[in-house]
Amino acid sequence: MIWLGIETSNSPLSVAVIKDGQLIVEIVENIKLTHSVTVMPTIEEVLAKVKIKPSEIDAIAVSEGPGSYTGLRIGVTIAKTLAWTLNKPLVGVSSLKVVAANANLFNGLICSLFDARRQNVYAGLYRGSQLEPVLVDHHYAIEDLLNRLKEFNEPVMFVGMDVIHFKEQIIEVLGDKALFATESLQLPRASKLIELAMKEPFIEDVHTFVPEYHRLAQAEAEWLKEQKKEQ
Amino acid sequence: MENETLILAIETSCDETAASIIRNGTEIVSNVVSSQIDSQSRFGGVVPEIASRHHVEKITLVIEKALKDANLEPKELSAVAVTEGPGLVGALLIGINAAKAFAFAHGLPVVGVHHIAGHIYANALVQKMDFPLLALVVSGGHTELVLMKEHGHFEVIGETRDDAAGEAYDKVARVLNLPYPGGPHIDRLAHQASVGVEFPRAWLDDSYDFSFSGLKSAVINYKHNMDQRGEEIVPEKVAKGFQDSVVEVLTTKTVGAARKYQVKQVIAAGGVSANKGLRTSLEQAFEKEGIPFYVPPLNLCTDNAAMIGAAGSFMYNVGVRGNLSMNGNPGMELKSWSK
Ligand SMILES: [Zn+2]
Repeated sequence: MIWLGIETSNSPLSVAVIKDGQLIVEIVENIKLTHSVTVMPTIEEVLAKVKIKPSEIDAIAVSEGPGSYTGLRIGVTIAKTLAWTLNKPLVGVSSLKVVAANANLFNGLICSLFDARRQNVYAGLYRGSQLEPVLVDHHYAIEDLLNRLKEFNEPVMFVGMDVIHFKEQIIEVLGDKALFATESLQLPRASKLIELAMKEPFIEDVHTFVPEYHRLAQAEAEWLKEQKKEQ
Repeated sequence: MENETLILAIETSCDETAASIIRNGTEIVSNVVSSQIDSQSRFGGVVPEIASRHHVEKITLVIEKALKDANLEPKELSAVAVTEGPGLVGALLIGINAAKAFAFAHGLPVVGVHHIAGHIYANALVQKMDFPLLALVVSGGHTELVLMKEHGHFEVIGETRDDAAGEAYDKVARVLNLPYPGGPHIDRLAHQASVGVEFPRAWLDDSYDFSFSGLKSAVINYKHNMDQRGEEIVPEKVAKGFQDSVVEVLTTKTVGAARKYQVKQVIAAGGVSANKGLRTSLEQAFEKEGIPFYVPPLNLCTDNAAMIGAAGSFMYNVGVRGNLSMNGNPGMELKSWSK
């Protein structure tokens, strides 16, 4: 069984191939190039390295969000186009869970987060090596998230490349209950994505698969607000 | 036929998700368009983030339908053509990445097509293009006079210095409280008045360039003055006055350019070329000039993938190729592909 994993939820890029349960090639980049330019050539390069033709892929895994809207759309568009036209199964995995998986040797609460600007984050809270969801992926004000985490009154391992922006605030609220994953664990890895995808069901209708943005487009949110006002 | 060219074309530069199959550059085998107008009209215009989200929802469905309608398998195709620019960058990226993924999956080449070249080549699907040829491109984003001496040769001899004609239509429609998109409504109202309000014409004497912002301001000022005097405007007369000004300038400049460059054919392209007032005026003018004039049918004037496939076929046949690192190019210039 050959899996192709595609991770483009934020500015890093990762592509991996797992064959019969073994990771045989993985690329992890954090050089902030445009995904639209780099993702397809990277997929081509990775498959060429291990001499696998597109038609030999058995399943595709993609990070479905949250994250950068454009990044998510590029990954999801490529993944769903490949899955549909090669007639292969597709699995979407939470991009927060993918990053949390980097810290799954920690046997406690793991919080992965992405900066969503203006003191907001996308965050998910998981527990232990099985990454059981504790708080569902959501868009939070950082303050609200930290207050909720404080209520658990137990150590929380923070992971994700944007954690650094909130480190002071985290320590302020959680004190020595806050733990931080080391630098090399911050980037999302397509190998982790595939590992998680193997445990999830295949998407039933590839055509209707879209990113999990976790937020309405601004214009739509404003429009809904107007509608409520008029009622 | 042995050396048949079959192109799958994809277009997502604005708010239409479209795919088409074109045989030998001139024959539409299938043509699928999924429009977002119902969703976008509540915002009074195209919201880029909403457009991008819709494209992801529709893209594979539209491509699948194009293949099914054509009763073709991917392996029978020659190449995948896709709009590379100009357009909304987030929207372009969906078509481009779907095109690259599809092409990679089946070992096909990709060809990046300029959206305006597409609009012009919509005409190749209707009749033989005859050179030298003059194209008047009018849409929400463009007002250009393009001279072509042969296939793949483009020379922009005139363009708008401010608003595109379609943009001016949309803004005037807002002044008249008409729904989005405003063009068809203004066209309809204009035909209901016998005399229009007198508005200025921007001739920009020695050039084939256009300017519509002065006209737009004149309409806004007119409404403002009437409001201050407590008088009601007659929308039909405003629409007619505005449209007469746009049509007269477009027609006069196109006729002038056609004479100067002694073209054998004049074609109109882009969404606004579906406008009845403009179409009639150009038809009459060129009948007098004795120069053949064509406008493609409505569904080939508005954004579609068939036109991208037509241009893409001609590019493919002379060896133009893109690659998997093709990016969306929102400000792409119209360049010749013939040497
Ligand atoms: Zn267009």
